[in-house]
Amino acid sequence: MKIAVSVNNNTGLDAELDPRFGRADYFAIFETETEEVNFINNAAKNAAGGAGIQAVQTIADQGVSAAISGNMGPKAYDALKAAAIKVYVTKGGTLQEVIKAYEAGALVEVSGPTNAGHAGLR
Amino acid sequence: MKITVLSGKGGTGKTTVATNLALSLDNVQFLDSDVEEPNSYIFIEPNFEESMVVNRKVPVIDKTKCTSCRQCVDFCEYNALALLGDDVHLFSELCHSCGGCKHICPEGAITEEDRKAGEIKFDNEVKGLQFGQGELSIGEASAIPVIEALKEHIDNDKSIIMDAPPGTTCPTIEAAVDADYCILVTEPTPFGLHDLKMAVEVVRVLDKPFGVIINRSDHDSDKIIEDYAEEEGISILLKIPFSRQIAQLYSNGTPFIEAMPEWENKFKDVFSKIKKVFE
Repeated sequence: MKIAVSVNNNTGLDAELDPRFGRADYFAIFETETEEVNFINNAAKNAAGGAGIQAVQTIADQGVSAAISGNMGPKAYDALKAAAIKVYVTKGGTLQEVIKAYEAGALVEVSGPTNAGHAGLR
Repeated sequence: MKITVLSGKGGTGKTTVATNLALSLDNVQFLDSDVEEPNSYIFIEPNFEESMVVNRKVPVIDKTKCTSCRQCVDFCEYNALALLGDDVHLFSELCHSCGGCKHICPEGAITEEDRKAGEIKFDNEVKGLQFGQGELSIGEASAIPVIEALKEHIDNDKSIIMDAPPGTTCPTIEAAVDADYCILVTEPTPFGLHDLKMAVEVVRVLDKPFGVIINRSDHDSDKIIEDYAEEEGISILLKIPFSRQIAQLYSNGTPFIEAMPEWENKFKDVFSKIKKVFE
């Protein structure tokens, strides 16, 4: 299965978790079976509004089953739920650490948004 | 005559200028179009006798006709639509009611329904004027439908004073686009000047005659605005001093002309200066 992690660069497994979901720089798409990782640009990063939803669309199009970020706003959360993508949050660390924690079952699956929404670029 | 009071920067004194000007003149319709946070009512103290709901259109997707082609999703500039699983999902608070998705849908699967965007309220007789304001519903992305609805009630037999939203984006432009004259309120600080320049850019694009009022005026610091105004050939209509008394009156919700009646004539002079532009 594929998981998406919001990250701040596309250099490799040492990329840091981007705590923002909708406005993250990149998404790392990690295939758990092959351990292959692909980085995709987050086109929603500079959206005037609705970045969370556009970001969900981007990762949903990749066919991911889980999304990991630092925080998840209300609209992004609703969209992820509609797409049947599981939502996990974690405090930080490198992509490698985040994947390890996920695979070890150490990440918390959330059942609601983890921060308030904020309209537009702020 | 419709005068819109705007400022690039928030908190410079739009409401101070708009309320005191409106209260100084006769036969006025005073409209607060800062619908995200209308506050002129604090000074006017209306008793709203009329209130109307403002609706806007949002799409409804007929799942039996939708083929998940995602043309609507790709078209939507505001990310109000997403194709998640097999269904198109609407995030209606992000929708700007442009109606584009309905036209782009090749299956005719999209129709529209009303969603409440806000309310407009009126008091037809308060403190010698007619007062109206718009209130945007919480969570709505666009103030425009509410400002448009407010403007439909403009009474052209009156002098219209419109308190505009702060900034220089769509809501401010909506409040200024059909004004006869724009008053730009600023303060003598670098920040005030910076945002005044943005406001000037807007009213010039809109091709509106305009003048500047300096609020919190202080002899030495005014130069920053005066030098710019002189360079650009912009008239300064009035200076409202940086005064403790005015600040206190404001914080008590009292229009300062009520406690300082000598200012009524100064605002009347501003209106005369504006009228002269059209002679």
